[in-house]
Amino acid sequence: MAVCVAVIAKENYPLYIRSVPTENELKFHYMVHTSLDVVDEKISAMGKALVDQRELYLGLLYPTEDYKVYGYVTNSKVKFVMVVDSSNPALRDNEIRSMFRKLHNSYTDVMCNPFYNPGDRIQSRAFDSMVTSMMIQVC
Amino acid sequence: MEGLTLSDAEQKYYSDLFSYCDIESTKKVAANGRVLELFRAAQLPNDVVLQIMELCGATRLGYFGRSQFYIALKLVAVAQSGFPLRVESINTVKDLPLPRFIASKNEQESRHAASYSSDSENQGSYSGVIPPPPGRGQVKKGSVSHDAVQPRTSADQQEPASPVVSPQQSPPASPHTWRKHSRHPSGGNSERPLAGPGPFWSPFGEAQSGSSAGDAVWSGHSPPPPQENWVSFADTPPTSTLLPMHPASVQDQTTVRTVASATTANEIRRQSSSYDDPWKITDEQRQYYVNQFKTIQPDLNGFIPGSAAKEFFTKSKLPILELSHIWELSDFDKDGALTLDEFCAAFHLVVARKNGYDLPEKLPESLMPKLIDLEDSADVGDQTGEVGYSGSPAEAPPSKSPSMPSLNQTWPEMNQSSEDTAIVHPVPIRMTPSKIHMQEMELKRTGNDHTNPTSPLLVKPSDLSEENKINSSVKFASGNTVDGYSSSDSFTSDPEQIGNNVTRQRSHSGTSPDNPAPPPPPPRPQPSHSRSSSLDMNRTFAVTTGQQQAGVVAHPPAVPPRPQPSQAPGPVVHRPVDADSLITHTSTSPQQIPEQPNFADFSQFEVFAASNVNEEQEDEAEKHPEVLPVEKASDPASSLRVAKTDSKSEEKTAASAPANVSKGTTPLAPPPKPVRRRLKSEDELRPEVDEHTQKTGVLAGVLTSQPPLPRSVGKDKKAIQASIRRNKEANTVLARLNSELQQQLKDVLEERISLEVQLEQLRPFSHL
Repeated sequence: MAVCVAVIAKENYPLYIRSVPTENELKFHYMVHTSLDVVDEKISAMGKALVDQRELYLGLLYPTEDYKVYGYVTNSKVKFVMVVDSSNPALRDNEIRSMFRKLHNSYTDVMCNPFYNPGDRIQSRAFDSMVTSMMIQVC
Repeated sequence: MEGLTLSDAEQKYYSDLFSYCDIESTKKVAANGRVLELFRAAQLPNDVVLQIMELCGATRLGYFGRSQFYIALKLVAVAQSGFPLRVESINTVKDLPLPRFIASKNEQESRHAASYSSDSENQGSYSGVIPPPPGRGQVKKGSVSHDAVQPRTSADQQEPASPVVSPQQSPPASPHTWRKHSRHPSGGNSERPLAGPGPFWSPFGEAQSGSSAGDAVWSGHSPPPPQENWVSFADTPPTSTLLPMHPASVQDQTTVRTVASATTANEIRRQSSSYDDPWKITDEQRQYYVNQFKTIQPDLNGFIPGSAAKEFFTKSKLPILELSHIWELSDFDKDGALTLDEFCAAFHLVVARKNGYDLPEKLPESLMPKLIDLEDSADVGDQTGEVGYSGSPAEAPPSKSPSMPSLNQTWPEMNQSSEDTAIVHPVPIRMTPSKIHMQEMELKRTGNDHTNPTSPLLVKPSDLSEENKINSSVKFASGNTVDGYSSSDSFTSDPEQIGNNVTRQRSHSGTSPDNPAPPPPPPRPQPSHSRSSSLDMNRTFAVTTGQQQAGVVAHPPAVPPRPQPSQAPGPVVHRPVDADSLITHTSTSPQQIPEQPNFADFSQFEVFAASNVNEEQEDEAEKHPEVLPVEKASDPASSLRVAKTDSKSEEKTAASAPANVSKGTTPLAPPPKPVRRRLKSEDELRPEVDEHTQKTGVLAGVLTSQPPLPRSVGKDKKAIQASIRRNKEANTVLARLNSELQQQLKDVLEERISLEVQLEQLRPFSHL
């Protein structure tokens, strides 16, 4: 179950960040922030030539004792970061991938909305509902 | 109800109104819809209307009877005159003007009023009202603010037709459109403007009839147009004038007449059609939307691009956030452009929102574009999942180690030749079926093993055998660690396990690194063999004797994971696998042995061996008469042992140990008659055999003791025994090979681990 989902813009400011509210949200915000460094490292490791081949799904960025942080980056350098509860043993990589895929699709839908200015915070209700479904689902 | 005295004018007016509302011509009940419309048109606050309805008893009765209706009308007039609403006031208030209802209703009533006004002084006053404004001032009987009326008239004339929204709020093009219409009030054009309000009226009417008048009505139904319309009209202070009729122009009268019927018809239609669905777009509305669409995109089958739509809807002055939400709802196919249907839906939502109606969370049914296939954009199957399961066993390149190629060459023969037999003759041996099954199930569950063919193993080509051996050994190693399944996990060294884990991680894209270890792979063996063999063995043993059965059952072969290669000796292998492993452990293979707990049972196994070997031999002989290449007559045990080495890595069974031991106790020198030595590794086997001589001795002793027993049974048994022996020999050989390969694999894996570690260390610096 995703406990925190964040969408980070190319310039590394958050377009959307939402956590399961029971926890101290600041902690998740901090985790997402630190994970950006790891994302950048992984991206740069690919090298320019490999940009096309670069896979969007970055995988586990780093684990902590309670949580695992997964990353995903689009071709336009928009990053999705997901913090997942470690206590769920059966959460498979494929499921994480599918969650990122859904995120990406919803993000694309938001982008398609002509009333959305790129760079604005994402306030789409459809996007919110999709993220909510992700936060509740996998338990 | 208390008696109601009405003046003549009132009487007439009321009856006309009643008949207007009495669409069903029942003469008794005024349709709630119309009545509510009427009351709305009275420009009274909702609570007042509610009060009126209560007072007149309609809420009690549930319908508007004529008397209720009249009372209600009277109360409307009372309210409009500013008097407090009380039942007594119906009769007490004197000189009450006729209730005034606004908008096209008024036009209708103005028509009536005109007729009425002509009749009495009151009506005379109205007639004064009817003609253009100047005459109005004189006419009014009450404290009519003719001024109010006049502007109203003009306003009305100007905007009888902004039905959809108030002018300043309507979409950019609409005011123009509407004004055009308004300029031609006479004639059919006005039909349109009136039709405009119509759609709103009717749904509104239904809304009201559906619930008691009030704000609830607004929220529960389609946009409350009259309010908006009235708002527009009411730039001039509405005043609770006593004007019963809206001073519509004479022109409007005519149009009203023509329109009234149309409106009525429309309303009736709309009432019936849109009663259930507040979001339904009426025909007039749709026509309007289509026209708007055309202004942006002439082709009705084309799209409106997002930017154009954005500008268009921005003119409606709704907040961007709401427009964004409307877009999300209406752009059904998420293509960034609006088709005609989508555009109409969006427009309708904008109109609704402007009229104070909340946006729904999901697109209402009636607004959904019909032609678009529902697409689940978020639907991405876990197709990437389960990647490895069915997978490519060919991952462990068999040719890695120098010794492998030779083995490869040898294996194919064995496998091919043995396959048929293996399949045809399921090994009767019962080899820890439970364990095998469990491991197989484990494999299937995890599904992330790239190298785990289970039952397909049997049919796999020889190249798999190699990998299978390796992989299975690897897996067993890791599996052992994870599951604690096999007691032979001690057999696998740590590095190997680590290697396995690391390998797993790398090879399995889907594996979370956090998993302690990849799920233990089920012992690859002859899954079908094992199962069938177990069953067969059970049956077979059951046939024979209880003792034998017990012996066999007691130690379900720990795990004949071994794959094809052992298929030839298959039948034999399964059973004796455990025993073989034990034996081999004790005897030669450096890798396996020392840790195997099976050893503990060795002694037992020997005991069993004596009793069981015969049975097994017999069974095997029956089942695999010609199978095994190994023709060592004298050692079924050796073949058993071979088989055992195959599975040595994964076994954990102490139970099977005894049996295995017995079987495997014939380490034997290379089978005396390697007739079909598919196993070219005979040479290799020889050295192994030498190593195992000690065992051999023991086993030989055991075996030698055994033969006499079966022979005594019958001549045909000899043939069976011979075949059994051959099989066992093959088993032994295979087991040896297995152990060798596993050792090599371990080494390779260790190398790999070290390389990976180096890589990891180097990686951080790679992109500096």
